[in-house]
Amino acid sequence: MALEISMEGIEARARDLGVDLTAVDLDAVALPAGEDFGIISDDEEILRDDDPMELEMGFANIVVVDNLPVVPPEKFDKLENVVRKIYSQIGVIKEGGLWMPVNPDTKKTYGYCFIEYNTPQEAELAREKTNGYKLDKSHIFAVNMFDDFDKYMKVPDEWMPAEIKPYTAGENLQKWLTDEKARDQFVIRAGTVTEVYWNDARQKMPELVFQKQYWTDSYIQWSPLGTYLATVHRQGSQVWGGDDKFERLMRFAHPQVKLIDFSPGEKFLVTYSSHEPNNPRDTHRVVLNIFDVRTGKVMRDFKGSADEFTASGNISVSGVSWPIFRWGGGKDDKYFARLGKNIISVYETETFSLLDKKSLKIENVVDFCWSPTDPIIALFVPELGGGNQPARVSLVQIPGKEELRQKNLFSVSDCKLYWQNSGEYLAVQVDRYTKTKKSTYTGFELFRIKERDIPIEVLELDNKNDKIIAFAWEPKGHRFAVIHGDGPKPDISFYTMRTANNINRVSKLTTLKSKQANALFWSPGGRFIVFAGLKGFNGQLEFYNVDELETMATGEHFMATDIMWDPTGRYLASAVTSVHEMENGFQIWSFSGKQLYKVSKDHFYQFLWRPRPPSLLTAEKEDDISKNLRRYSKKYEQEDQDAFNQLSEQERKRRKQLQEEWEGWVSKWKQLHEEERAYRMELRDGEASDEEEEYEAKEVEVEEIVDVNEEVVAFELDQE
Amino acid sequence: MRPILMKGHERPLTFLRYNRDGDLLFSCAKDHTPNVWYADNGDRLGTYRGHNGAVWTCDVSRDSTRLITGSADQTAKLWDVQTGQELFTFRFDAPARSVEFSIGDGLAVITTDNFMDNVPTAQVKRITDDPDDQSEESLLVITGIKGRINRAVWGPLNRTIITAGEDATVRIWDTETGKCLKESDKEQGHQKAISSLSKSADWSHFLTGSLDKTAKLWDTRTMTLIKTYVTERPVNAVDISPLLDHVVIGGGQDAMNVTMTDRRAGKFEAKFFHKILQEEIGGVKGHFGPINALAFNPDGRSFSSGGEDGYVRLHHFDSDYFNIKI
Repeated sequence: MALEISMEGIEARARDLGVDLTAVDLDAVALPAGEDFGIISDDEEILRDDDPMELEMGFANIVVVDNLPVVPPEKFDKLENVVRKIYSQIGVIKEGGLWMPVNPDTKKTYGYCFIEYNTPQEAELAREKTNGYKLDKSHIFAVNMFDDFDKYMKVPDEWMPAEIKPYTAGENLQKWLTDEKARDQFVIRAGTVTEVYWNDARQKMPELVFQKQYWTDSYIQWSPLGTYLATVHRQGSQVWGGDDKFERLMRFAHPQVKLIDFSPGEKFLVTYSSHEPNNPRDTHRVVLNIFDVRTGKVMRDFKGSADEFTASGNISVSGVSWPIFRWGGGKDDKYFARLGKNIISVYETETFSLLDKKSLKIENVVDFCWSPTDPIIALFVPELGGGNQPARVSLVQIPGKEELRQKNLFSVSDCKLYWQNSGEYLAVQVDRYTKTKKSTYTGFELFRIKERDIPIEVLELDNKNDKIIAFAWEPKGHRFAVIHGDGPKPDISFYTMRTANNINRVSKLTTLKSKQANALFWSPGGRFIVFAGLKGFNGQLEFYNVDELETMATGEHFMATDIMWDPTGRYLASAVTSVHEMENGFQIWSFSGKQLYKVSKDHFYQFLWRPRPPSLLTAEKEDDISKNLRRYSKKYEQEDQDAFNQLSEQERKRRKQLQEEWEGWVSKWKQLHEEERAYRMELRDGEASDEEEEYEAKEVEVEEIVDVNEEVVAFELDQE
Repeated sequence: MRPILMKGHERPLTFLRYNRDGDLLFSCAKDHTPNVWYADNGDRLGTYRGHNGAVWTCDVSRDSTRLITGSADQTAKLWDVQTGQELFTFRFDAPARSVEFSIGDGLAVITTDNFMDNVPTAQVKRITDDPDDQSEESLLVITGIKGRINRAVWGPLNRTIITAGEDATVRIWDTETGKCLKESDKEQGHQKAISSLSKSADWSHFLTGSLDKTAKLWDTRTMTLIKTYVTERPVNAVDISPLLDHVVIGGGQDAMNVTMTDRRAGKFEAKFFHKILQEEIGGVKGHFGPINALAFNPDGRSFSSGGEDGYVRLHHFDSDYFNIKI
């Protein structure tokens, strides 16, 4: 609703009301706070929201097609029809949107034409699809965006040396790691506000580091080593970092970006968007960009229809299984791969092109994943031809593409791949049909990657009909936990890949019966695990020590939806995010299950610990420290004690102060109350006021006649 | 602490009030009949029949002879406490939301809702000793508030009236002039509708409960915000203990969303806070709907709660309660 008010109108109205306009300082008139009378303000915030595509220009939906045949007037209509036919397949050409200029002297066409579409997306698509289109041998279309002409015209004819900007020292992006109290950071998003906190477990509360409203349009994400915080906007993505002020480090333009993903070594950022097709029969168009995080340059872009990027039944709710590109080869960010129809395309980041210029051809492949540390791909191919060709899992080495190991599996219904985080083991969860094909049962194939020839072991649970609810490897360890069973209280079993006398055979450690749990969360340091009953189980938590095989503590965070260990494994966060309307907020626990503090936030969307890069200490050094732990811990225990004393001292002071303050109020009130006594008595007609009033209890007997009834009673004397 | 369950209402409770001696408990509900109970054992003494709509509030005179009730049937009625006889009816154009006798019981403040075209008002009526002399005439009409007034109470010496309601603002009015003297600070004050207001025994301070999930303690004379108590649910009812430095706060998820989750999720608890330290002491569970009304017995040794579930729960404190240390 836009109000149009002309100056004349205002003057006329002023005359009607008898207001002298010259006496009014229009600049001094301000709208009441929070009221805009329906007029949209031209604040920066809203301008920012506008699509830059539409701001920049008006000709983005026009393409110029060059290298058309030059034809005389009698053939003009024919050519126009051909061109129209080609280009209306791609999108809807605007009415009168096809213009082929004619040379007024020769009456022949110039050999080019302009085509105007309804949207820039269609024009972009037309350029992409028909640039290089062969009409015949001598006429190969050269298609350009109309806007690009301007751009190319602006290129100066002579080369100019690029201006070299003076070097400015960047910020220390690792500053948060140098915190004196060795605390960890986390970011939360609640309502429109995004906040970064220190987890100050000693003070039993979080300490605010940075806070910003409308920081992101959809969500936030830390980079895998914690250096950057990425925000997602309509125009693209941005990364922030540095010291406590979280300055913007880089912008990555990508209109309508939906999803982002960092490479594991955080060198690259993949952004994804999907655009509505103009023709409802078409599939969505997908655009992916891979940026260099530090320079902000687009290293490679991928465009295509949604079908190409959601190959072989991997379609999830949002239409994609994200990430589309899976990064491999550990923290070096050397390779990334994506699943296609019957292929896995592996790219390398040196040139951002396909490895060996061709994809890995694997009939019917449905799933693959990289080893977290080595350039090895594990892939799964389901059964073919009604069981004639068995399903298989194989390991492929990159860049050689040689198959390291393969295992054929029979009567498989489904398969899931779980890597242990240091790439030592791979567990393949195999669901097989029973003979009748009416039900399935589950077993595990365990690969020992680091051993010679990669031995495979088969593991079946004690009761192989149990449903597998969750599976998790111990990080940096050799154990794994499985939740299995039917019904509301499943069992949890622990297995180890190593046995005491060093025979490498998988063996069971223990089974815990009837636990209210449906999710497993290993501490990042291993050894400790939390079983959680999320969602349907109302947020039961059990903290378990796997070395000692004992429960350390149990707790409850009612309705908890998410559980996250901090990167050091010292603290655990449980959160209720806004999937529910109620109880939103988070709690912080110690690794041993002691509840430390609790924060409630309405509309709580995200809680993310800031990841830490891997430790710089060598394995020997780490061993040394853990051996001499007692010596180190003394210092910290002292610090803890000091902090605790200080806290209780503060608390005592605070209480004392509150008490004194209150007594101040009370004495003031007493005095006023006293002063007003006489008036009060007067208001009560002289009745003694308040507490001191005397009243005596009198016992009053009241006799009340309920009813009086007269009745004639006839005696029959005769009968006596 | 085993509560006494008092089932006498067919609809959600709206208000609870003890008489000065603490031996009678008056309860109002959305059914049309206020009840009176023995505050000790929860036996029902009687009912007050005559209203034709939900009864929102009541107040009882200092000598426990008169009861005044305000109802959605657009009337406020005076009753003889002992006989249950209806003595007088004040008629309005809108539901009567809140009623209270002044010191000396010679006056009563009655609020009416913003209903149809009517603006919300707080009106002062003279209450005569002899019901035959009673008139409907208002001595003072306070207007100028946007949104329903949920509670209007007398300030010290009947010189002021304190109102609180949907606009989240607490106001103090001069009873001589009808002018607004003080208004609660927008920043400091409640952010959502104020649902309840309860005064301390000596009227020196009062507690307000709001849908913004907080309760706030104010100085009656200066309107200084003294304390804020933060809970996890919208607050429907509050009261201040006359005996200990405790306040009780009740509420719960609004009735609309109650059925969607576990009973525990609704948090239909009466929560006790330390009045001075603002720390939670404990909670009393039991209702299976939000708590709409709370009242301490004037001796501070028992309290009752009324819920959306139609029950009044009367709790006599255990001896442990009086020894709580924090």
